[in-house]
Amino acid sequence: MSQSDQVYKSRLATRHRLGRMFGAVCMASTWFGIAVLVVLLMGVVWQASGWLDWNFLTNFDSRHPEQAGILAGLWGSLWLILFTTLFSVPTGIGAALYLEEYAHDNWLKRLIQVNLSNLAGVPSIVYGILGLTVFVRMFGLFGAQPKVVEVPLIFANLEIPLPLGRTVIAAALTLSLLILPVVIVAAQEALRSVPVSIRKASYALGATQWQTVRHQVLPAALPGMLTGVILAVSRAIGETAPLVMIGALTYVAFTPGDISSPADIISNPSGIAEAPFATFTALPIQIFNWVSRPKTEYQHVAAAGILVLLAVLLMLNGAAILVRHRFQKRIRW
Amino acid sequence: MIRSVAAVIGFVVSAAILVGCHVKDAGSDANSTSPGDSTGKLSGTVSIDGSSTVFPISQAVAEEFQKQHSGVKVVVGTSGTGGGFKKFVLGEIDINDASRPIKQKEIDACKQNGIEYLELKIAVDGLSVIVNPQNDWCDCLTASQLKTIWEPNSKVTNWSDVNPKWPAEKIRLYGPDTDSGTFDYFTEAICGEGGASRSDYTPSADDNVLVRGVAGDRFSLGYFGFAYYSENADKLKIVGVAPSDDATGCVKPTDETIEAGQYVPLSRPLFLYVNRASLKKPEVAIFLKYYLEQGQTLVGEVGYVRLSQQLVEGTRKSLEAAQDASTTTPSK
Repeated sequence: MSQSDQVYKSRLATRHRLGRMFGAVCMASTWFGIAVLVVLLMGVVWQASGWLDWNFLTNFDSRHPEQAGILAGLWGSLWLILFTTLFSVPTGIGAALYLEEYAHDNWLKRLIQVNLSNLAGVPSIVYGILGLTVFVRMFGLFGAQPKVVEVPLIFANLEIPLPLGRTVIAAALTLSLLILPVVIVAAQEALRSVPVSIRKASYALGATQWQTVRHQVLPAALPGMLTGVILAVSRAIGETAPLVMIGALTYVAFTPGDISSPADIISNPSGIAEAPFATFTALPIQIFNWVSRPKTEYQHVAAAGILVLLAVLLMLNGAAILVRHRFQKRIRW
Repeated sequence: MIRSVAAVIGFVVSAAILVGCHVKDAGSDANSTSPGDSTGKLSGTVSIDGSSTVFPISQAVAEEFQKQHSGVKVVVGTSGTGGGFKKFVLGEIDINDASRPIKQKEIDACKQNGIEYLELKIAVDGLSVIVNPQNDWCDCLTASQLKTIWEPNSKVTNWSDVNPKWPAEKIRLYGPDTDSGTFDYFTEAICGEGGASRSDYTPSADDNVLVRGVAGDRFSLGYFGFAYYSENADKLKIVGVAPSDDATGCVKPTDETIEAGQYVPLSRPLFLYVNRASLKKPEVAIFLKYYLEQGQTLVGEVGYVRLSQQLVEGTRKSLEAAQDASTTTPSK
């Protein structure tokens, strides 16, 4: 009796030790990531110190490292993010709603589903090639002579070039295609996490499918959808390869639509109509170019650019998390 | 009730927009935005793409040019020489920066699309062969020694394989990756065939990686553009190159030797390829003139070697001849 008692005790100790070990391994995994991030951030901040100033934010790129600035890249990236979000979020959430709430579970739906998961893993350069053919050149349908479609708006004339050429809008459409699979899959997950009982209760009270989706399912799934959107848009901001492929420029000494401060949006409203169809550069392209320049000072300029990119990312994510938080508070079951 | 009113308003607005919009040729629009008279303020766009080697020069010229002509937008991309030519042959850009002469298949593509081009030499680069500063045995390599080191299936693994007097230490090689125009030029000049190179070296598209690699390794050898050497001269040692097997003919790349054409076979000219149709646009013509005049002073500033006086004159003449030809042909 006492012997089996002893065996039991020693084995119990082993089992506890195993548990603690597993916990330690998990903790190490967490800290590994954080340590790498801290080293990276500290390196960048140290390199950028003294270089990230107001001039850096308001100047265009220059061959003199001390005069080089990020203005064109910053505004290029902001316009890109705006249009990418505008294109991908409604389409992505719409597609997810259809697949989850409306489509019948047949072979077609399963085929789409499999392809969506695959597309989420396709390398971004492939989307760049697609974007170049479909949006930038439009299959060469318009021949050598590009056309312009004029659409009169209240404040300005919208001049849409056909094919779109190497413009903000062509790049935003390409990036939208790139992140759509991620947005759709994330939105579907969010919709699936809404309990079926909520939908049934809604139907039981006589609500139509539209009313159920509009007032019950969508508000409940929105926070989860937003998480997916945040992750996807963050990825789009950092993408370089597809932008280079579709012909984003490296040296540009103007901002899209000549809007280079928030005040310009009011004083120069026609710039808003021009911006989507302007040629542009973006933050990651500028950073990549600076890193590969011969002058060693450009390494510091690049570090300052990385800090700006990180700040833009953090601000956008922060805003999205605030919005998500507000929606989350509204849900009361 | 309210909803149907909103629907009617929405319909009317969208109908108005549809009726109001019309399609026109972009070309007619471009003519109206770029005034042909010399008194008016110059405007319009000059679009440049191509080699990342030529980029620093084009960027510097664009930067200075736009200080004088604020109405003109000069944009520069870096798709690489080949990538730029793909756009050039479709007429998508005005000027292509090139770190090598145009290839036959690119000439054919131009012909097929009715694009006529003008070739302008604008600067010279000296591909520099670099070793570590602590390397005290190697000051000079002949072209044939470089060939034995870099040719495909090279037998050279140690420094002593190149010259028996040198240390029996493993030679570690650094060079640009195969997408680079520098790689094309070096293999062509040294191994006699573009793209023919051993593959067991450390390649990088980023020349700063090569600089760091050679600077941190006593037994290394690398090659890249002259600008990357002149910016990092304190961390690297440059090796002279002799065109023949005679090591006394060794020449180190400097501004003088490259300009005078003594640094062979690794001096290479850098080009602009201009779409002749774009020369009709005043902003492109004036920009190119500027490039060959004031622009030449910027070439040295960004780490390349300016053309000899004679070559600049030649380039200028060919530009002027092309401009005369384009103005005398009646424009549509």
